[in-house]
Amino acid sequence: MEILSPEEIVERFEAALGSSFIDSKIYQREVAVKKNLFQAIRIYIKREAFRQAVDLICKLQEYPHLSIISSSDLGDSVELIYHFTMYYGHHLKELSLGLCVSLPKDDLKIPTITDIIPGAIFTERETREMMGVEVVGIPDNRRLFLPQDFPEGVYPWRKDETGPEDMLRVLPGRQQKWQQAKE
Amino acid sequence: MAASKGIERYTIPVGPIHPALKEPIRLDLGVDGEEIVDVDVIMGQVHRGIEWLGMNRNNPIQNIYLAERVCGICNICHPFAYVMAVEQAAGITPPERSEYIRVITAEMERIHSHLLWAGVAAHEIGFDSVFYLVWRVREEIMDLIEYVTGNRVTKAMFQIGGVRRDISEEQFPRIRRSLNYYKAIFGQLKTVFLDDRTIRMRTRNVGILKTEDALKLLAVGPTARASGVAKDVRQDQAYSAYADLDIKAITPDVLTGSIVGDVYDRIVVRLLEVKQSVEIIERCLEEMPAGAVLVEPKIAKVLNTLKKAEGEGVGRAEAPRGEVIHYVRLEAGRETLATWKIRAPTYVNLVSIPTILKGGQIADVPIAFASIDPCMSCTNRAVVVDRKTNRKSMMTYEELHRLSVEKTRKLSNGLVK
Repeated sequence: MEILSPEEIVERFEAALGSSFIDSKIYQREVAVKKNLFQAIRIYIKREAFRQAVDLICKLQEYPHLSIISSSDLGDSVELIYHFTMYYGHHLKELSLGLCVSLPKDDLKIPTITDIIPGAIFTERETREMMGVEVVGIPDNRRLFLPQDFPEGVYPWRKDETGPEDMLRVLPGRQQKWQQAKE
Repeated sequence: MAASKGIERYTIPVGPIHPALKEPIRLDLGVDGEEIVDVDVIMGQVHRGIEWLGMNRNNPIQNIYLAERVCGICNICHPFAYVMAVEQAAGITPPERSEYIRVITAEMERIHSHLLWAGVAAHEIGFDSVFYLVWRVREEIMDLIEYVTGNRVTKAMFQIGGVRRDISEEQFPRIRRSLNYYKAIFGQLKTVFLDDRTIRMRTRNVGILKTEDALKLLAVGPTARASGVAKDVRQDQAYSAYADLDIKAITPDVLTGSIVGDVYDRIVVRLLEVKQSVEIIERCLEEMPAGAVLVEPKIAKVLNTLKKAEGEGVGRAEAPRGEVIHYVRLEAGRETLATWKIRAPTYVNLVSIPTILKGGQIADVPIAFASIDPCMSCTNRAVVVDRKTNRKSMMTYEELHRLSVEKTRKLSNGLVK
């Protein structure tokens, strides 16, 4: 397997995705005494090209490792970052690749990748229940961590009106502080 | 569900209070006679909303201590990954000496965690004398942890931009004494676990995870390495002092010459990693550079920097059970974290559980499940539902454990093959 530099990987993405490629960032930091490089890439893409981008990652690395999907509520949109790692098994050559997709709040949908990476099932289920992102084509749509009687339409990671604020039990004495913080 | 061999198929829910590591999780086992044909994992019994607290209640410094409490055993690797993520987001570089101290504490954690697991695994197959022996051996590292950090469990060593306590020259002889103890008894531990006929019978070819499955199901840590995936964050990614130490991921073939991916291989990997950790600590003691251990000792100043900081960070660390990843997003002017995502190694290793258990026997469930060293939280019963009559009967932990012990006994006496 050919090991590409972060710049080359970004170029591959730009060439393959064309106008769906939005932006990229390369992060490097020297570590400890020997000053070896810690490297990470972030690639921002449009949702239309998401499956294509995952296919490309699978071409660059057979069996890429998907650590987790992180999601942030940014007000009007929800940002999903798929944290992949590539080139594991090679001494200090591993690259973290964050594939970042932004979804508008009124259309929170992302295709599943469990057909490509079966192990992604848990994190997709968690993203669905915690952030309210619909994973299209997911083979198992049950909740993962939340209890089965948890109300529909409440998403613990959201920062808008669908957040879990109304469900919180605020201890006496903290009530006032809580109200102030809310206002 | 179709009945085969003329026997009605049953579903056995094991847990939420589970026989293996006494932590809550539910496994629904579809069984055909003794054979497991279907497994469903149901989680969430100990979901405490830690990420929510970090995003809504705690400031980034308080989160270090919250991260420590994600898990009682992995209370170094979580703050480790967390502080690395925050340092990346805020652009703080910890001093070189602190990187070495971080690694020393992380490796001490690995030794104690692997020994704890080895004891539990012995108990699961009914080999309680080994369980007592290993936990006795583990006390040495617990004493050392207390000596170095001041605490046996939650160590509070980490701080954003370094560590909170230094390790001085005068402490080295005491640390070396404990390390020498482990070097001296390592051969004995190896004989007990790898050459024993009973342990071999109960663990060889049990709970197999093939290399390809491990890759597809994203297994991490000793579970992945035992299946032949040479994947170890300490080896792969330059982080902390590990980048200086030329770590090599341990796969079972270095000792046995082959990779089976069964429970036995997971024992091999963990045992060898205990030895590796001892060597890493020794090297750290030798090569540790002099200097400060903390960039900014005044916490209020650090908090002020973090409040103004804007950015994202990802911290990855190799915990005893595998890769831990923390993702952090800081927004300027916000007291708490904007986003905090934690992923512990068991989260992904549980995806492999159905594959590991399928085709095995009910009596193998405790040891096969325990072999990934799952980290949730505690157990004591399982409910057996008869699908046909919908009658529930309790299968207590004692009963499952008895089944497992009986199997060991029968194997030893040559009654079954």
